Amino acid sequence: MSDSFLKRNPSVLIFLAVLALFVLAVTLLAEGAGAGVISTSFVKTLGKTLCLALVAVAMDLVWGYTGILSLGHFAFFGLGGYMIGMWLMYARTQAIVMSSLAEASIPATESEITDAIGNQIFGVVGSSEFPLIWIFADSLVLQLVLVVAVPGILALVFGWLAFRSRVTGVYLSILTQAMTLGLALYLFQNDSGLRGNNGLSGLQNLPGMDHVPQATLSIWFFWASAAALALGYLFAAWIVSGKFGSVLRGIRDNEARVRFLGYSVEGYKLFIFTVTAIIAGIAGALYYPQAGIINPAEIAPVASIYLAVWVAIGGRGRLYGAVIGAVFVSLVSSWFTGGQAPDVNLGFYTLKWVDWWLIVLGLSFVLVTLFAPRGIGGLVDLWSERRRPDRHGADLGPGAGALREKEASK
Amino acid sequence: MSMLLEVSGVSVSFDGFKAINNLSFAIGPAEMRAIIGPNGAGKTTFMDIVTGKTRPDEGRVIWGERNVSLLGMSEARIAREGVGRKFQKPTVFEDQTVLENLLMALRANRSPFAVMFYRSNRADLDRVEELASEIGLLESLARKSGELSHGQKQWLEIGMLLAQEPRLLLVDEPAAGMTPAEREHTTAILVEAAKTRAVVVVEHDMEFVRRLDCRVTVLHEGAVLAEGSLDHVTANSQVIDVYLGR
Repeated sequence: MSDSFLKRNPSVLIFLAVLALFVLAVTLLAEGAGAGVISTSFVKTLGKTLCLALVAVAMDLVWGYTGILSLGHFAFFGLGGYMIGMWLMYARTQAIVMSSLAEASIPATESEITDAIGNQIFGVVGSSEFPLIWIFADSLVLQLVLVVAVPGILALVFGWLAFRSRVTGVYLSILTQAMTLGLALYLFQNDSGLRGNNGLSGLQNLPGMDHVPQATLSIWFFWASAAALALGYLFAAWIVSGKFGSVLRGIRDNEARVRFLGYSVEGYKLFIFTVTAIIAGIAGALYYPQAGIINPAEIAPVASIYLAVWVAIGGRGRLYGAVIGAVFVSLVSSWFTGGQAPDVNLGFYTLKWVDWWLIVLGLSFVLVTLFAPRGIGGLVDLWSERRRPDRHGADLGPGAGALREKEASK
Repeated sequence: MSMLLEVSGVSVSFDGFKAINNLSFAIGPAEMRAIIGPNGAGKTTFMDIVTGKTRPDEGRVIWGERNVSLLGMSEARIAREGVGRKFQKPTVFEDQTVLENLLMALRANRSPFAVMFYRSNRADLDRVEELASEIGLLESLARKSGELSHGQKQWLEIGMLLAQEPRLLLVDEPAAGMTPAEREHTTAILVEAAKTRAVVVVEHDMEFVRRLDCRVTVLHEGAVLAEGSLDHVTANSQVIDVYLGR
């Protein structure tokens, strides 16, 4: 069965092959495992980019295929990051506290250790008590469960309320933005229990892995991100290939008609919304250990809008389009805003790309929407249509190769 | 004979305008019925009520042998109960192939998980091919339905309706935009379908209704004006006044 699935979707095989080649090339050139041509920080950037590609695939499922313009999926991404960040920070602080207390003459009690960890983590927001939400923070397994559960349950509850009331179109987009804004504002508070605007930091250090250099860790995370992207892509391709994909695209194009066919449109929307929120959470959990820090600014409403921009520029309604968009735009964006792009001196004014990049991005979004709705991924169509012309109309001659109606009238 | 669908005393108004006014209607499990009436008589609103799109202000809609009420069910649930609807304007999924359209409509488990693990099998494809040849689209199975002509889209929608295997077909102007030969074919399909299930046809074209050769219900201002054979209702002076005389 999986044979015929790949045969029917050759783009999946091509995508996986390209991804594998990319991973191989980066591994061979990286500082941690190979020639050392690629710096550790750039390996991290590439690893993060793969995570962004994964969340873009999720966005394409929910927007490009199902037509739900969710402007809140970066909130799920951030929540995934917070969940893994809690364990990373707790476990690492615990190790530090243990080693410093080990030098004391009297062995520390359990509560003294907990207090010391609390003091270390929450001192910055003027507290030392562990909030309730940190109750599982000492367990990697439970926090990994939360990476999936927290975005999943939030999406399930939010989606159930929104879809049940048949909120659609731009109203749904506004609602998801409101959810994102609400979450970001809540996390900005010092007493939210997640260190307010300081966020969680030091996430690049894996507890118990102090002997492993960052160069090696970065490659591990790069591999993990690539594996997650490959699995996520396969899952997304599988889900949209069959009748399920038919129903999703049907909902996008005419949801009333799908209802009259007997499909519960709300159920399908809720399903895809929740599943993509979980994918986003997983992507975030892989992203933030590579970024090293997460704070509420990461899930500001505009982040989710960028996500939509990537998918639009890459080409929505095709999974590789989402990947191309996320990779291309985020890499170009970090080039421009990283100060690497040379300033342009116009004589009367010096164009600083750090300031002007957002305007370029906004303009290209408008231009793509107006003139190339199929995005960068649409370029693939040019190639495949030239290779195999789309022949409409009835045959005029006896054979399959004969001129057809439409061609003859051209 | 017990009735498949019984609508009794149904009224609905939009912003004070009574679109349906104390309407009662019943149809048996294997019966053809034509509904005629001037514009604004409430034909489409009637279909909206039966399919769950519009909630009536009062009245009852009773369905099937177990006499369940259709009111309060979602559109999707009513469709799964066995009510199929064809719209006036052909609405097919234009971005998808004829095959995908028909497969989606094919009677099967509609729950998300069942659909996700569904893979097309020989029996279903045979059924789709059978339907496609019946509606003259066997050659076009792989084409995107957006490329089809208006008439072919009408056909595809009829095919999707049959694929659902509903117990009640609600068909809104099935012959609009069709050639005389195609109309005849449509008539044949509907008459055939009415042997095993209930078919309600809303139609303006009197010739078409005559060929269906069935009981006719005349709607006017949201209520039943007359009911009976076509000859019977066309002889009714009230009917002539409000509809045929114009």
